Formats: sequence, structure tokens, C-alpha cells
Amino acid sequence: MADPTGVTVSTISRLPKLLKIHEAQILKVWMDEQLASLSRRAGLIGDAELRAQSKNFLSEFHKATQSGSLEDISGPQWASAKALLADICRSRAEQGFTPMETASFVLSVRGPLMDRLQQEYGNDAAGLAAEMRSSNLLLDKLALYTAEVALQNRETIIKRQQEEMLELSTPVVRLFPGVLALPLIGTLDSARTQIVMENLLQKIVETEATIAILDITGVATVDTLVAQHLLKTVAAARLMGADCIISGIRPQIAQTIVHLGVELQNVATKATLADALFLALQRNGFSVQRLAKESAGAK
Amino acid sequence: MQTTTSDRLTVRAEEDVVKVRQATRSLAQKTGLNLVDQTKVVTAASELARNTLVYGGGGEVLIEAISDGMRSGVRLTFEDKGPGIADIELAMKDGFTSGTGLGLGLSGAKRLANEFRIESRLGEGTTVVITKWKG
Repeated sequence: MADPTGVTVSTISRLPKLLKIHEAQILKVWMDEQLASLSRRAGLIGDAELRAQSKNFLSEFHKATQSGSLEDISGPQWASAKALLADICRSRAEQGFTPMETASFVLSVRGPLMDRLQQEYGNDAAGLAAEMRSSNLLLDKLALYTAEVALQNRETIIKRQQEEMLELSTPVVRLFPGVLALPLIGTLDSARTQIVMENLLQKIVETEATIAILDITGVATVDTLVAQHLLKTVAAARLMGADCIISGIRPQIAQTIVHLGVELQNVATKATLADALFLALQRNGFSVQRLAKESAGAK
Repeated sequence: MQTTTSDRLTVRAEEDVVKVRQATRSLAQKTGLNLVDQTKVVTAASELARNTLVYGGGGEVLIEAISDGMRSGVRLTFEDKGPGIADIELAMKDGFTSGTGLGLGLSGAKRLANEFRIESRLGEGTTVVITKWKG
């Protein structure tokens, strides 16, 4: 195909024209390929939904390519195509697709499009090569965009779960009249410790407890920050008239605390929660006795 | 000295301190450190990673499994490009802090490790290297 200007490689893309004329045919081939490759995960998405998504994408893709900007998808011409992809990402994430699978939705249109381009250009190898190059780059960008949105969606979900874990309020439990226990679990970072401390102080007021047991059996690492948080909690509880016992100090934690140089001298500590409960009962003037068999089993 | 595995983590937020602890614990377990030594090196990692974050303004941690032919161990390198430490001797003192902590992190980490090295230049940053040997 001779070009009047003598330039053999046309810089004007024929993609928009092709998309317009052959939209139905491209959609058909694309759908067939997608259905074939999706067969293993057929349960995730319905044929009708997939067809609607594919049709909408082709039409948005067509509109955007008409604008002539095939290199840069950050412009306003691509806004609605990208919005559509973001929508698809959201629904696919809910359906259980991985980000890679979602991105391959965009990449899978490459085959049918390239076939069309090949037919269009025929023997004009240079023209075909240039067109393929730019189309490929474009589809890659769209696929990367899709993968990024899909990953962002995941990150949003993870963030939300993290916040939910914060809310997973560490419960303050009443072990005995006047004795509270606070089983601490996981990582004691500033945000969580604040919630934990407020909960405990509130419960001390509500139950008029005189002893609170902080159990750190479930805390993996006791470093100086955790120790500081514990000491602050103990001091605050003391101001409210309750004494604290720290329990659940495992041997390795005890050795580590000693090496760190943290002073827990002013706080009663016990190896287990059971020991701490005994101490609490003792301090409140109770003693625990095993009932004699005869009186326990009296008929 | 031979490095068998190495892993580089960035410390930019509080969550990253948790990641450093987890990576250190898993490598210490793989290296065969006993439970007490695992806990010690993880706790030291926690202190130093938090220092990197809070005082160094963030940085990087290199976690390595090393061997010198006779024994194997875990080596941790904490690097930041923060303001640096003006008086290292003072910073290493128990109870001294330029922040709001207990002032035991740096000196405690030294006591928890077998080898401890600190280098700091004002305006350029601080590097702390600790090693915990097996056995």
C-alpha cells in the first residue's frame, strides 16, 4: 500500500477503524477464547456477565483509541475505560479471581486484535509491525493498570482486616469478685495497648476490682516498649486503687527481661495465670482448700 | 566468615518492626538457636528496628545466616540515614534516652547479643550490627 507522502509506515493507527467495523467478530472470537481458557474456573463468573464486561470493554477501548492517544493512558480520554476496568477488578476480586487472572482479561483480547490487524495489513509487514508494537504496548499498560487496581483492592481489604483486629477487643474478664484478668495476645504496639489500657481502667471502675492480672502468655516478644506499656498500665491501675500482677512470664522471656535491664521489682509477677489467681485470692483474704471427701460427697 | 542466606527488609512503619521480628525469629529457628537465644535475638532485633524507625527516621535491616567454619549464627545489620548519634557512650548508658522510651533498648540489645558494633556519624546516619551465635 503506497503512501502519498512516501512514508511507508503509516503513523495513523487503524485500530479504531478495525474496532468499529469488526467489533462483533472480535467480540465473538475473544469470548470463545475466554470461555475456553476459563473453563477450569467456570464457576466464578457467568457467561452473560463475562460477555457484558467484554462488550463494554471493547466499546470503551474503541472510544479511547479514537481519541488518537495510544501511548499514554493517563489522559482523560482513557478515564472511562479505566473506570470500567476498576469496576471489573472490584467484582472479580469478590468473585475470587487473583490479580493476575484479572489482568489477563485485558491481555486475552490481544489475540483476536492481532489476528484482525494481520488481515488488515496483509503484506505490509512494516506497517503491521509498527501497529502491533503500539497496540501491544497499549494493552500491556492497560493490563498493568488492571493488576495495580486489583492489588490495591487487596491492600484495602488487608488494611480493613488489620483495623478489625485492633477492634477485636482484648476482653477483660472477671475471675473472682474483685479480681480482673486481661489476657494479652499478639503484638503489643502503641495503638492496641492504648485500647487495652482504656478497657482495663474502665472495667476496674465498673467492677470495683482491687486486683488486675495482666497475662502475657500470648505475647511473643517482650521488648522495652512492651515493658514500658505494661509498667504504664500498672501505674495507671494503681492510681485507680487496683494492684496489678503480671503473669505468664515464660523462662525465655524472664531471661530476656533481665538482660534488657527492665526493672519489674515493684510489680508482682508470676509464671502462670493460676499462680497469679492464687496470689490475688490470698491478698483479698481468701484461701483455697480441698473439701474433705465425706463432706463434699454428703448424701 | 560466610553468609549462607540473607534478607533485606525496609523499616518505614510500626508494622515493619513486626516483620523484622518475624524474619529474625524464622531465621533463628532455621539456624538452630535454642528458644532462649531465639527470644534474645528477636527482642534485640525489635529494639534496634524500633530505634531505626523512631530515631533514624526509617532505614533498612539486613538479616543474615552466617558461619565461620566452627559455628553458625544470625547477624543483623540496621542502617539508617538519620541524624546520627552525637555521643555514643551516652547513648549506650542504661536509662539514657533522647526520646520517651525507657532508655534500655541500645544497651539491652548489646547485652542480648554476642557481638555488638555501632557506628554513627552526625548528619549521615547510624549502623548497628549484632551477631548471635548458636550454642
